[in-house]
Amino acid sequence: MIETTLDIQAIRKDFPILKREVNGQPLVYLDNAATSQTPQQVIDTIVDYYQRYNANIHRGVHTLSQEATDAYEVARQKIQRHFNIAHSHEVIMTSGTTDSINLVANGFTSLLNDGDEILVSAMEHHSNIVPWQMLCERTGAVLKVIPMNLEGELIMEEYHKLLSNKTKLVFCNHVSNALGTINPIKEIIDAAHKVGSAVLIDGAQAAAHIKPDLQALDVDFYAVSAHKMCGPTGVGMLYGKEEWLKKLPPYQGGGEMIAEVTFEKTTYADLPHKFEAGTPNICGGIAFGAALDYMNSIGFDAIAQYEDELVQYATEQLLTIEGLKIYGTAAHKTSVISFNIEGIHPYDIGTIVDKLGIAVRTGHHCAQPIMDFYKIPGTVRASFSFYNTMEEVDKLVEGVKRAKDMLL
Amino acid sequence: MTIQEIQEEIVDEFSMFDDWMQRYEYMIELGKSLPLIAEQYKTDDNLIKGCQSKVWVHAELDGDKLVFTADSDAIITKGIIAILIRAFSNQKPQDIIDADTHFIDEIGLKEHLSPTRANGLVSMIKQLKLYAVAYQTQLK
Repeated sequence: MIETTLDIQAIRKDFPILKREVNGQPLVYLDNAATSQTPQQVIDTIVDYYQRYNANIHRGVHTLSQEATDAYEVARQKIQRHFNIAHSHEVIMTSGTTDSINLVANGFTSLLNDGDEILVSAMEHHSNIVPWQMLCERTGAVLKVIPMNLEGELIMEEYHKLLSNKTKLVFCNHVSNALGTINPIKEIIDAAHKVGSAVLIDGAQAAAHIKPDLQALDVDFYAVSAHKMCGPTGVGMLYGKEEWLKKLPPYQGGGEMIAEVTFEKTTYADLPHKFEAGTPNICGGIAFGAALDYMNSIGFDAIAQYEDELVQYATEQLLTIEGLKIYGTAAHKTSVISFNIEGIHPYDIGTIVDKLGIAVRTGHHCAQPIMDFYKIPGTVRASFSFYNTMEEVDKLVEGVKRAKDMLL
Repeated sequence: MTIQEIQEEIVDEFSMFDDWMQRYEYMIELGKSLPLIAEQYKTDDNLIKGCQSKVWVHAELDGDKLVFTADSDAIITKGIIAILIRAFSNQKPQDIIDADTHFIDEIGLKEHLSPTRANGLVSMIKQLKLYAVAYQTQLK
């Protein structure tokens, strides 16, 4: 059954946290869609930074500052290469996906007019809905929703109908955090471009499983968080096409983002610094680069293939439990299984399996509109990473069975 | 019985259990036997808002004592409420205000006491005490 060429046991040794016990049981970490665990290689990078060359960047002439600046800019180039971005100045370092999205939403304030339209998909994370609502309030633009079907797939005919010359921005996640659906973003991008609209894709959930070629996608903006892909929290990236980044005004004022300042006028720095006010998360940025190195050393094709095996096996096994229903059964999905058992609240299942050392997420996964769509209070969500094992899937299934026996 | 005496009784009951499973099984049983809130009181006003499970609490005076009824859509949460209601319902508001809740630790439910735990015990206790404060004012 196991076809992967990856040595999962060797990989697991890279992650110190996986040796932990929780409630007296070996940890089974299946909340990877919330945050991924950190390999020793990335932890070492963080420690090395603080032990050897912690300094502020882009300003000091002293050696430490030069070393830190070099390491930070090397990380930016790693990100550029990983996502196949044309220029390193199109890589804006942010505090994460939410920050990236807010940067774009804020920038569009000066580009939108009353009656313009923004399209968002029905399966968005809260963080992806609120900034657009705020943008609409500021500008008089109208927010429209691309609907989804019961399988958790966007209804593309409706999307095409919604597009018009009023559409100025389309926003959609690459992979849904609540359902695991992989959205047809190439089709979404191409269709939006035909009506002259920009497209921002939230890659937070996709980036740990798919290595997107941003030039081939021809996407205008793409946002990710490092902590979903073996990196630290508090750092992420916004990719923006140069032409768009030049059009958008600066997001925050402060140091690093200026060229010249007088009390009469300030001229802004060139890209990417125009959008990087203040001292950035230097260590986090460098560690983000190390995380990409780590994941690429394993290889995204191998990761995707193995995770497919895991999800397929977990789906089959979970469905043997009577009364269990999986939400999100799209033809193209990745690494997330959202489910409920008839008559049982997801919170109860989560509480019991936690006692068995199994970490899953319960609740609405910050995607309340999806839960409203299915008319459920939430789901139990198991999300997988390449360091999970088939044995862990078995433990999850046993744990859910045990919870069901206790609760029904 | 005073709140203190009831709490000691609950601690005694829980001390019979050897492991978490028995404790949780007992709580689930308690949850199933919780006297439900009347449907008319299952309103948004009576909802303790949280991200995980819904909890409704209703309070009314019976003489000089405060009577709580409650419900939740999650059974373990219901069990926790059942324990709280057993300790605090049918008591004078001032006694509810003054009661300490140390017994929660002793029955091994400390993990539910974290203030950041969505819809944990803390917000429920706070809500019960808020009702007590409100009715205490009314009694005066």
